[in-house]
Amino acid sequence: MNRRRWLIGAVGVATTMLTACGRVGADLSEQARRMSEGLTRRMQRLIVPRDALAPTYSRAEISPDFRPNGSVDPAASDYLALKADGFAGYRLVVDGLVDRPLSLSLADLRARPAQTQITKHDCVEGWTSIAEWTGVRLEALLDEAGLKPDAKYVVFHCFDALDQQEDGERYYESIDMIDARHPQTILAYAMNGETLPVPHGAPLRLRVERQLGYKHAKYIRRIEAVDSFADIGGGKGGYWEDRGYEWYAGI
Amino acid sequence: MTDVPADPKDAARADRVRADGRIDTWRHPGWVRITHWINVIAVVVLLMSGLNILMAHPALYWGVRSTFADPWLQIPTLPGWMMLPQVRDLAQARHWHFLFAWIFVANGLAYLTLGVLLRWLAQRLWPTPSDLRGFGTTVAEHVRLHFPNDERARTYNVLQKLTYLAMILVVLPMMLLTGLSMSPGFNAIGGLLLELLGGRQSARTLHFISAGLIVGFVVVHVGLVIWTGPANNMRSMITGWYAIRSGRAPDQGGPR
Repeated sequence: MNRRRWLIGAVGVATTMLTACGRVGADLSEQARRMSEGLTRRMQRLIVPRDALAPTYSRAEISPDFRPNGSVDPAASDYLALKADGFAGYRLVVDGLVDRPLSLSLADLRARPAQTQITKHDCVEGWTSIAEWTGVRLEALLDEAGLKPDAKYVVFHCFDALDQQEDGERYYESIDMIDARHPQTILAYAMNGETLPVPHGAPLRLRVERQLGYKHAKYIRRIEAVDSFADIGGGKGGYWEDRGYEWYAGI
Repeated sequence: MTDVPADPKDAARADRVRADGRIDTWRHPGWVRITHWINVIAVVVLLMSGLNILMAHPALYWGVRSTFADPWLQIPTLPGWMMLPQVRDLAQARHWHFLFAWIFVANGLAYLTLGVLLRWLAQRLWPTPSDLRGFGTTVAEHVRLHFPNDERARTYNVLQKLTYLAMILVVLPMMLLTGLSMSPGFNAIGGLLLELLGGRQSARTLHFISAGLIVGFVVVHVGLVIWTGPANNMRSMITGWYAIRSGRAPDQGGPR
Protein backbone atom coordinates (compact mmCIF):
# COMPACT_ATOMS: atom_id res chain seq x y z
CA MET A 1 0.00 0.00 0.00
CA ASN A 2 2.78 2.31 1.01
CA ARG A 3 4.72 1.33 -2.03
CA ARG A 4 1.76 2.03 -4.26
CA ARG A 5 1.21 5.41 -2.70
CA TRP A 6 4.89 6.18 -3.12
CA LEU A 7 4.71 5.09 -6.75
CA ILE A 8 1.67 7.26 -7.43
CA GLY A 9 3.40 10.16 -5.69
CA ALA A 10 6.55 9.64 -7.75
CA VAL A 11 4.61 9.50 -11.00
CA GLY A 12 2.76 12.65 -9.96
CA VAL A 13 5.97 14.50 -9.18
CA ALA A 14 7.59 13.29 -12.40
CA THR A 15 4.57 14.38 -14.45
CA THR A 16 4.52 17.79 -12.79
CA MET A 17 8.23 18.20 -13.42
CA LEU A 18 7.93 17.15 -17.06
CA THR A 19 5.01 19.53 -17.58
CA ALA A 20 6.98 22.30 -15.90
CA CYS A 21 9.99 21.49 -18.06
CA GLY A 22 7.79 21.55 -21.16
CA ARG A 23 6.35 24.91 -20.15
CA VAL A 24 9.73 26.36 -19.25
CA GLY A 25 11.09 24.92 -22.50
CA ALA A 26 8.31 26.61 -24.49
CA ASP A 27 8.92 29.92 -22.68
CA LEU A 28 12.66 29.68 -23.27
CA SER A 29 12.08 28.79 -26.87
CA GLU A 30 9.88 31.88 -27.25
CA GLN A 31 12.76 33.95 -25.82
CA ALA A 32 15.10 32.26 -28.28
CA ARG A 33 12.73 33.15 -31.13
CA ARG A 34 12.59 36.81 -30.10
CA MET A 35 16.37 37.12 -29.93
CA SER A 36 17.25 35.18 -33.06
CA GLU A 37 14.41 36.49 -35.22
CA GLY A 38 15.28 40.08 -34.32
CA LEU A 39 18.97 39.53 -35.08
CA THR A 40 18.29 37.72 -38.34
CA ARG A 41 15.75 40.24 -39.60
CA ARG A 42 17.93 43.24 -38.76
CA MET A 43 21.05 41.65 -40.24
CA GLN A 44 19.31 40.58 -43.45
CA ARG A 45 17.66 43.99 -43.84
CA LEU A 46 21.09 45.55 -43.27
CA ILE A 47 23.15 43.48 -45.71
CA VAL A 48 20.55 42.59 -48.36
CA PRO A 49 19.69 45.63 -50.50
CA ARG A 50 15.98 46.47 -50.66
CA ASP A 51 15.59 45.43 -54.28
CA ALA A 52 18.11 42.55 -54.36
CA LEU A 53 16.49 39.82 -56.42
CA ALA A 54 15.89 36.22 -55.47
CA PRO A 55 17.68 33.83 -57.85
CA THR A 56 15.73 32.86 -60.96
CA TYR A 57 15.87 29.61 -62.90
CA SER A 58 15.49 28.28 -66.42
CA ARG A 59 12.43 26.49 -67.80
CA ALA A 60 14.41 23.24 -67.72
CA GLU A 61 14.76 23.52 -63.97
CA ILE A 62 11.00 23.74 -63.28
CA SER A 63 9.81 21.01 -60.91
CA PRO A 64 7.60 18.40 -62.53
CA ASP A 65 6.53 17.45 -58.99
CA PHE A 66 5.91 20.82 -57.27
CA ARG A 67 4.47 19.83 -53.92
CA PRO A 68 1.23 21.55 -52.87
CA ASN A 69 1.44 22.23 -49.14
CA GLY A 70 -0.85 23.30 -46.33
CA SER A 71 -4.42 23.61 -47.59
CA VAL A 72 -4.85 22.01 -50.99
CA ASP A 73 -8.63 22.12 -51.42
CA PRO A 74 -10.48 24.72 -49.30
CA ALA A 75 -13.92 23.63 -48.08
CA ALA A 76 -15.43 26.99 -47.11
CA SER A 77 -18.82 27.49 -48.80
CA ASP A 78 -17.97 30.95 -50.17
CA TYR A 79 -14.87 29.46 -51.82
CA LEU A 80 -16.77 26.44 -53.18
CA ALA A 81 -19.39 28.75 -54.73
CA LEU A 82 -16.69 30.78 -56.49
CA LYS A 83 -14.84 27.66 -57.62
CA ALA A 84 -18.05 26.18 -59.07
CA ASP A 85 -18.24 28.88 -61.76
CA GLY A 86 -14.51 29.07 -62.42
CA PHE A 87 -14.02 32.11 -60.16
CA ALA A 88 -16.04 34.32 -62.53
CA GLY A 89 -17.63 35.96 -59.49
CA TYR A 90 -14.32 36.39 -57.67
CA ARG A 91 -13.37 39.87 -56.51
CA LEU A 92 -10.08 40.75 -54.89
CA VAL A 93 -10.66 43.43 -52.30
CA VAL A 94 -7.85 45.85 -51.49
CA ASP A 95 -8.72 48.01 -48.52
CA GLY A 96 -7.64 49.13 -45.06
CA LEU A 97 -5.34 52.15 -44.89
CA VAL A 98 -5.81 53.14 -48.55
CA ASP A 99 -7.33 56.18 -50.19
CA ARG A 100 -9.25 54.27 -52.91
CA PRO A 101 -10.32 50.73 -51.96
CA LEU A 102 -10.29 48.34 -54.93
CA SER A 103 -12.50 45.45 -55.92
CA LEU A 104 -10.99 43.59 -58.85
CA SER A 105 -12.12 40.59 -60.89
CA LEU A 106 -9.62 38.11 -62.35
CA ALA A 107 -10.19 39.75 -65.74
CA ASP A 108 -9.30 43.12 -64.18
CA LEU A 109 -6.10 41.63 -62.78
CA ARG A 110 -5.18 39.95 -66.06
CA ALA A 111 -5.75 43.24 -67.90
CA ARG A 112 -2.99 44.88 -65.85
CA PRO A 113 0.73 44.63 -66.74
CA ALA A 114 1.86 41.07 -66.05
CA GLN A 115 5.14 39.83 -64.70
CA THR A 116 6.53 36.32 -65.09
CA GLN A 117 9.34 34.81 -63.04
CA ILE A 118 10.80 31.32 -62.51
CA THR A 119 11.72 31.04 -58.86
CA LYS A 120 12.23 28.48 -56.15
CA HIS A 121 9.77 27.82 -53.38
CA ASP A 122 11.57 27.01 -50.12
CA CYS A 123 9.40 25.24 -47.61
CA VAL A 124 10.16 25.73 -43.93
CA GLU A 125 10.37 21.92 -43.77
CA GLY A 126 13.45 22.02 -45.98
CA TRP A 127 12.36 21.04 -49.47
CA THR A 128 12.52 23.15 -52.63
CA SER A 129 10.35 23.19 -55.74
CA ILE A 130 10.69 25.47 -58.76
CA ALA A 131 7.90 26.97 -60.88
CA GLU A 132 7.11 29.79 -63.25
CA TRP A 133 4.69 32.32 -61.83
CA THR A 134 2.73 35.01 -63.67
CA GLY A 135 0.84 37.78 -61.97
CA VAL A 136 0.57 41.43 -61.18
CA ARG A 137 3.02 43.42 -59.06
CA LEU A 138 1.64 43.96 -55.57
CA GLU A 139 3.25 47.40 -55.52
CA ALA A 140 1.22 48.44 -58.57
CA LEU A 141 -2.06 47.53 -56.87
CA LEU A 142 -1.06 49.25 -53.64
CA ASP A 143 -0.14 52.42 -55.53
CA GLU A 144 -3.42 52.23 -57.45
CA ALA A 145 -5.28 52.05 -54.15
CA GLY A 146 -3.09 54.79 -52.70
CA LEU A 147 -1.47 53.73 -49.42
CA LYS A 148 -1.97 56.06 -46.51
CA PRO A 149 1.29 57.16 -44.85
CA ASP A 150 0.62 55.14 -41.69
CA ALA A 151 0.28 51.82 -43.57
CA LYS A 152 3.16 49.64 -42.35
CA TYR A 153 2.06 46.12 -43.25
CA VAL A 154 0.04 44.36 -45.88
CA VAL A 155 -2.21 41.59 -44.58
CA PHE A 156 -3.49 38.80 -46.84
CA HIS A 157 -6.83 37.29 -45.82
CA CYS A 158 -7.46 33.88 -47.35
CA PHE A 159 -10.35 31.53 -48.05
CA ASP A 160 -8.74 28.43 -46.58
CA ALA A 161 -8.75 27.03 -43.08
CA LEU A 162 -6.26 24.27 -42.44
CA ASP A 163 -8.72 22.39 -40.26
CA GLN A 164 -11.23 22.51 -43.19
CA GLN A 165 -14.00 23.64 -40.82
CA GLU A 166 -16.58 26.01 -42.24
CA ASP A 167 -16.15 28.36 -39.28
CA GLY A 168 -12.49 27.48 -38.67
CA GLU A 169 -9.80 30.12 -38.38
CA ARG A 170 -8.85 31.17 -41.87
CA TYR A 171 -5.30 31.42 -43.13
CA TYR A 172 -3.74 34.83 -43.19
CA GLU A 173 -0.29 36.31 -43.63
CA SER A 174 1.41 39.68 -43.45
CA ILE A 175 4.52 41.31 -44.90
CA ASP A 176 6.09 44.71 -44.43
CA MET A 177 6.38 47.43 -47.08
CA ILE A 178 9.92 46.42 -48.03
CA ASP A 179 8.68 43.03 -49.19
CA ALA A 180 5.35 44.41 -50.44
CA ARG A 181 7.19 46.82 -52.76
CA HIS A 182 9.91 44.34 -53.79
CA PRO A 183 10.10 43.99 -57.60
CA GLN A 184 9.49 40.21 -57.44
CA THR A 185 6.50 40.37 -55.10
CA ILE A 186 3.49 39.48 -57.24
CA LEU A 187 -0.06 38.21 -56.92
CA ALA A 188 0.09 35.17 -59.17
CA TYR A 189 -2.90 33.91 -61.17
CA ALA A 190 -0.89 31.54 -63.38
CA MET A 191 1.64 28.79 -62.71
CA ASN A 192 3.86 27.27 -65.40
CA GLY A 193 1.86 29.10 -68.08
CA GLU A 194 -1.53 27.74 -66.99
CA THR A 195 -4.32 29.05 -64.78
CA LEU A 196 -3.26 28.67 -61.14
CA PRO A 197 -4.51 25.22 -60.02
CA VAL A 198 -6.59 24.88 -56.87
CA PRO A 199 -3.94 22.97 -54.84
CA HIS A 200 -1.53 25.86 -55.46
CA GLY A 201 -3.90 28.61 -54.38
CA ALA A 202 -6.43 29.42 -57.12
CA PRO A 203 -7.52 31.96 -58.03
CA LEU A 204 -4.74 34.15 -56.57
CA ARG A 205 -1.69 33.61 -54.40
CA LEU A 206 1.19 35.68 -53.14
CA ARG A 207 4.79 35.23 -54.28
CA VAL A 208 7.21 36.92 -51.86
CA GLU A 209 10.38 35.38 -53.16
CA ARG A 210 12.85 36.18 -50.36
CA GLN A 211 10.87 34.37 -47.69
CA LEU A 212 9.88 30.81 -46.85
CA GLY A 213 6.83 29.06 -48.29
CA TYR A 214 4.35 29.76 -45.52
CA LYS A 215 4.55 33.50 -46.23
CA HIS A 216 3.26 32.86 -49.79
CA ALA A 217 -0.44 33.04 -48.89
CA LYS A 218 -2.75 31.05 -51.19
CA TYR A 219 -6.50 31.54 -51.91
CA ILE A 220 -6.30 35.29 -51.26
CA ARG A 221 -9.67 37.04 -50.91
CA ARG A 222 -8.72 40.36 -49.40
CA ILE A 223 -5.62 42.52 -49.03
CA GLU A 224 -5.66 44.93 -46.15
CA ALA A 225 -3.15 47.69 -45.43
CA VAL A 226 -2.66 48.13 -41.68
CA ASP A 227 -0.39 49.92 -39.26
CA SER A 228 -0.32 46.92 -36.91
CA PHE A 229 -1.45 43.30 -37.06
CA ALA A 230 -1.77 42.95 -33.27
CA ASP A 231 -5.59 42.73 -33.50
CA ILE A 232 -5.72 40.28 -36.40
CA GLY A 233 -5.98 36.53 -35.75
CA GLY A 234 -3.68 35.58 -32.89
CA GLY A 235 -1.81 38.86 -33.23
CA LYS A 236 1.49 37.45 -34.49
CA GLY A 237 0.96 38.36 -38.14
CA GLY A 238 0.02 35.02 -39.65
CA TYR A 239 -1.52 31.60 -39.27
CA TRP A 240 1.80 29.84 -38.64
CA GLU A 241 3.22 32.79 -36.74
CA ASP A 242 0.33 32.35 -34.28
CA ARG A 243 1.56 28.75 -33.92
CA GLY A 244 5.14 29.64 -33.03
CA TYR A 245 6.85 30.22 -36.38
CA GLU A 246 8.85 33.35 -37.15
CA TRP A 247 7.09 36.33 -38.71
CA TYR A 248 10.33 37.15 -40.54
CA ALA A 249 10.81 34.01 -42.60
CA GLY A 250 13.92 35.02 -44.57
CA ILE A 251 15.76 32.06 -43.11
CA MET B 1 60.00 17.35 -31.95
CA THR B 2 61.15 18.78 -28.67
CA ASP B 3 61.03 22.42 -29.67
CA VAL B 4 60.23 24.69 -26.78
CA PRO B 5 57.39 27.03 -27.81
CA ALA B 6 58.83 30.24 -29.18
CA ASP B 7 55.75 32.28 -28.39
CA PRO B 8 56.64 34.93 -25.79
CA LYS B 9 53.09 34.79 -24.50
CA ASP B 10 53.79 31.17 -23.54
CA ALA B 11 57.15 31.99 -22.04
CA ALA B 12 55.27 34.32 -19.71
CA ARG B 13 53.87 31.20 -18.13
CA ALA B 14 56.93 29.15 -17.23
CA ASP B 15 56.77 25.45 -16.55
CA ARG B 16 55.84 24.41 -13.03
CA VAL B 17 57.28 21.31 -11.41
CA ARG B 18 54.59 19.16 -9.86
CA ALA B 19 54.71 17.15 -6.64
CA ASP B 20 54.68 13.93 -8.67
CA GLY B 21 57.81 15.01 -10.53
CA ARG B 22 55.98 15.74 -13.78
CA ILE B 23 55.93 19.21 -15.34
CA ASP B 24 52.91 21.44 -15.82
CA THR B 25 53.17 23.21 -19.13
CA TRP B 26 50.99 26.13 -20.18
CA ARG B 27 48.84 24.80 -23.03
CA HIS B 28 45.57 26.74 -23.48
CA PRO B 29 45.23 30.49 -22.86
CA GLY B 30 41.91 31.72 -21.47
CA TRP B 31 40.41 32.82 -24.78
CA VAL B 32 40.99 29.37 -26.29
CA ARG B 33 39.36 27.65 -23.32
CA ILE B 34 36.36 29.99 -23.29
CA THR B 35 35.75 29.81 -27.03
CA HIS B 36 36.24 26.03 -26.93
CA TRP B 37 33.49 25.48 -24.35
CA ILE B 38 31.09 27.99 -25.89
CA ASN B 39 31.61 26.16 -29.17
CA VAL B 40 30.89 22.81 -27.48
CA ILE B 41 27.55 24.10 -26.17
CA ALA B 42 26.64 25.79 -29.46
CA VAL B 43 27.53 22.77 -31.61
CA VAL B 44 25.60 20.35 -29.35
CA VAL B 45 22.48 22.55 -29.49
CA LEU B 46 22.91 23.05 -33.25
CA LEU B 47 23.30 19.31 -33.92
CA MET B 48 20.32 18.32 -31.77
CA SER B 49 17.98 21.06 -33.01
CA GLY B 50 19.26 20.37 -36.54
CA LEU B 51 18.13 16.75 -36.30
CA ASN B 52 14.69 17.94 -35.13
CA ILE B 53 14.50 20.25 -38.17
CA LEU B 54 15.65 17.42 -40.44
CA MET B 55 12.76 15.27 -39.18
CA ALA B 56 10.29 17.78 -40.70
CA HIS B 57 11.39 16.48 -44.11
CA PRO B 58 13.77 13.55 -43.59
CA ALA B 59 14.99 13.28 -47.17
CA LEU B 60 18.05 14.74 -48.88
CA TYR B 61 18.59 15.63 -52.51
CA TRP B 62 21.28 16.99 -54.82
CA GLY B 63 20.69 20.00 -57.06
CA VAL B 64 18.49 23.06 -57.17
CA ARG B 65 15.22 21.32 -56.24
CA SER B 66 13.78 18.33 -54.42
CA THR B 67 13.12 15.23 -56.49
CA PHE B 68 10.56 13.83 -54.09
CA ALA B 69 10.21 10.40 -55.66
CA ASP B 70 13.94 9.87 -55.82
CA PRO B 71 15.80 11.28 -52.79
CA TRP B 72 19.54 10.76 -52.47
CA LEU B 73 19.10 9.73 -48.87
CA GLN B 74 16.03 8.89 -46.82
CA ILE B 75 16.66 9.41 -43.10
CA PRO B 76 14.91 7.04 -40.68
CA THR B 77 12.85 8.46 -37.79
CA LEU B 78 15.24 9.42 -35.01
CA PRO B 79 14.63 8.87 -31.29
CA GLY B 80 13.60 11.89 -29.22
CA TRP B 81 16.71 11.94 -27.05
CA MET B 82 18.82 12.89 -30.07
CA MET B 83 16.76 16.01 -30.70
CA LEU B 84 16.10 19.44 -29.23
CA PRO B 85 13.29 19.77 -28.23
CA GLN B 86 12.98 16.09 -27.42
CA VAL B 87 9.71 15.86 -29.34
CA ARG B 88 9.33 16.88 -32.97
CA ASP B 89 8.62 20.61 -33.02
CA LEU B 90 9.89 22.40 -36.11
CA ALA B 91 9.05 25.91 -34.86
CA GLN B 92 10.88 25.53 -31.53
CA ALA B 93 13.78 23.63 -33.08
CA ARG B 94 14.29 26.51 -35.53
CA HIS B 95 14.36 29.07 -32.70
CA TRP B 96 17.10 27.14 -30.90
CA HIS B 97 18.97 26.47 -34.12
CA PHE B 98 19.11 30.09 -35.22
CA LEU B 99 19.84 31.53 -31.78
CA PHE B 100 22.78 29.17 -31.31
CA ALA B 101 23.84 29.71 -34.90
CA TRP B 102 24.38 33.35 -33.94
CA ILE B 103 26.34 32.28 -30.84
CA PHE B 104 28.36 29.82 -32.95
CA VAL B 105 29.18 32.50 -35.53
CA ALA B 106 30.08 35.20 -32.98
CA ASN B 107 32.22 32.76 -31.02
CA GLY B 108 33.89 31.42 -34.17
CA LEU B 109 34.68 34.94 -35.40
CA ALA B 110 36.14 35.83 -31.99
CA TYR B 111 38.32 32.70 -32.07
CA LEU B 112 39.51 33.29 -35.63
CA THR B 113 40.23 36.97 -34.98
CA LEU B 114 42.27 36.26 -31.86
CA GLY B 115 43.82 33.18 -33.46
CA VAL B 116 45.16 35.25 -36.34
CA LEU B 117 46.08 38.40 -34.37
CA LEU B 118 47.90 36.46 -31.64
CA ARG B 119 49.47 34.22 -34.30
CA TRP B 120 47.94 31.25 -32.52
CA LEU B 121 46.88 29.50 -35.70
CA ALA B 122 50.29 30.12 -37.27
CA GLN B 123 52.37 29.05 -34.29
CA ARG B 124 50.36 26.34 -32.60
CA LEU B 125 48.25 24.82 -35.36
CA TRP B 126 50.10 25.30 -38.63
CA PRO B 127 52.29 22.20 -39.23
CA THR B 128 56.04 22.87 -39.34
CA PRO B 129 58.33 21.18 -41.87
CA SER B 130 59.59 18.92 -39.10
CA ASP B 131 55.97 18.02 -38.27
CA LEU B 132 55.43 17.00 -41.85
CA ARG B 133 58.67 14.95 -41.89
CA GLY B 134 57.40 13.12 -38.81
CA PHE B 135 54.06 12.39 -40.44
CA GLY B 136 54.71 8.65 -40.71
CA THR B 137 55.77 8.39 -37.05
CA THR B 138 52.62 10.20 -35.94
CA VAL B 139 50.41 7.98 -38.07
CA ALA B 140 52.11 4.94 -36.51
CA GLU B 141 51.46 6.36 -33.03
CA HIS B 142 47.80 6.72 -33.87
CA VAL B 143 47.57 3.24 -35.39
CA ARG B 144 49.15 1.69 -32.27
CA LEU B 145 47.31 4.17 -30.01
CA HIS B 146 50.65 4.89 -28.30
CA PHE B 147 51.13 8.60 -27.75
CA PRO B 148 54.12 10.35 -26.22
CA ASN B 149 53.51 11.96 -22.82
CA ASP B 150 56.88 13.66 -22.47
CA GLU B 151 58.50 16.76 -24.01
CA ARG B 152 57.09 15.70 -27.37
CA ALA B 153 53.58 16.31 -25.98
CA ARG B 154 54.28 20.02 -25.51
CA THR B 155 52.97 20.69 -28.98
CA TYR B 156 50.17 19.14 -30.97
CA ASN B 157 51.20 16.32 -33.26
CA VAL B 158 50.84 16.77 -36.99
CA LEU B 159 47.60 14.80 -37.27
CA GLN B 160 46.08 16.90 -34.49
CA LYS B 161 47.20 20.09 -36.19
CA LEU B 162 45.82 19.07 -39.57
CA THR B 163 42.54 17.84 -38.09
CA TYR B 164 41.99 20.97 -36.00
CA LEU B 165 42.84 23.20 -38.97
CA ALA B 166 40.43 21.24 -41.19
CA MET B 167 37.66 21.66 -38.63
CA ILE B 168 38.38 25.33 -37.95
CA LEU B 169 39.02 26.45 -41.52
CA VAL B 170 36.91 24.06 -43.62
CA VAL B 171 34.17 22.09 -41.86
CA LEU B 172 32.84 24.70 -39.41
CA PRO B 173 32.84 27.52 -42.02
CA MET B 174 31.16 25.06 -44.41
CA MET B 175 28.37 24.62 -41.86
CA LEU B 176 27.81 28.37 -41.89
CA LEU B 177 27.97 28.78 -45.68
CA THR B 178 25.69 25.83 -46.43
CA GLY B 179 23.30 26.95 -43.68
CA LEU B 180 23.16 30.52 -44.99
CA SER B 181 22.56 29.21 -48.51
CA MET B 182 19.30 27.65 -47.34
CA SER B 183 18.04 31.12 -46.40
CA PRO B 184 15.86 32.61 -49.16
CA GLY B 185 16.65 36.07 -47.77
CA PHE B 186 20.40 35.53 -47.98
CA ASN B 187 20.06 33.89 -51.43
CA ALA B 188 19.19 37.35 -52.80
CA ILE B 189 22.82 38.42 -52.25
CA GLY B 190 24.43 34.98 -52.05
CA GLY B 191 23.39 33.75 -55.48
CA LEU B 192 26.95 32.99 -56.53
CA LEU B 193 27.61 30.95 -53.40
CA LEU B 194 24.32 29.13 -53.94
CA GLU B 195 25.43 28.23 -57.46
CA LEU B 196 28.88 27.14 -56.29
CA LEU B 197 27.25 24.79 -53.81
CA GLY B 198 25.03 23.42 -56.58
CA GLY B 199 21.66 24.80 -55.45
CA ARG B 200 19.64 24.90 -52.26
CA GLN B 201 19.05 21.16 -52.00
CA SER B 202 22.76 20.46 -52.51
CA ALA B 203 23.49 23.07 -49.84
CA ARG B 204 21.11 21.26 -47.49
CA THR B 205 22.75 17.90 -48.21
CA LEU B 206 26.24 19.39 -47.74
CA HIS B 207 25.02 20.94 -44.47
CA PHE B 208 24.05 17.43 -43.32
CA ILE B 209 27.35 15.89 -44.50
CA SER B 210 29.37 18.61 -42.74
CA ALA B 211 27.35 17.97 -39.57
CA GLY B 212 28.24 14.29 -39.95
CA LEU B 213 31.92 15.22 -40.20
CA ILE B 214 31.58 17.21 -36.97
CA VAL B 215 30.00 14.21 -35.24
CA GLY B 216 32.83 12.02 -36.55
CA PHE B 217 35.40 14.52 -35.27
CA VAL B 218 33.75 14.72 -31.85
CA VAL B 219 33.70 10.91 -31.50
CA VAL B 220 37.42 10.60 -32.31
CA HIS B 221 38.34 13.75 -30.33
CA VAL B 222 36.51 12.68 -27.17
CA GLY B 223 37.75 9.11 -27.62
CA LEU B 224 41.36 10.28 -27.75
CA VAL B 225 40.83 12.68 -24.83
CA ILE B 226 39.69 9.70 -22.76
CA TRP B 227 42.43 7.38 -24.07
CA THR B 228 45.29 9.79 -23.44
CA GLY B 229 44.29 10.81 -19.92
CA PRO B 230 40.86 12.36 -19.43
CA ALA B 231 41.75 14.14 -16.17
CA ASN B 232 44.90 15.76 -17.56
CA ASN B 233 43.19 16.72 -20.83
CA MET B 234 40.09 18.14 -19.14
CA ARG B 235 42.26 20.00 -16.65
CA SER B 236 44.23 21.58 -19.47
CA MET B 237 41.06 22.81 -21.23
CA ILE B 238 39.70 24.17 -17.92
CA THR B 239 42.80 25.61 -16.19
CA GLY B 240 45.20 25.86 -19.12
CA TRP B 241 47.85 23.62 -17.51
CA TYR B 242 48.83 20.26 -18.99
CA ALA B 243 51.12 17.77 -17.26
CA ILE B 244 53.95 16.08 -19.15
CA ARG B 245 56.97 13.99 -18.13
CA SER B 246 60.25 15.81 -18.23
CA GLY B 247 62.88 14.98 -20.78
CA ARG B 248 62.24 12.31 -23.32
CA ALA B 249 60.83 9.36 -21.42
CA PRO B 250 61.02 5.87 -22.85
CA ASP B 251 57.82 4.79 -24.45
CA GLN B 252 55.30 3.94 -21.80
CA GLY B 253 53.88 1.06 -23.80
CA GLY B 254 50.38 2.22 -23.25
CA PRO B 255 48.16 5.01 -22.16
CA ARG B 256 48.47 6.63 -18.80
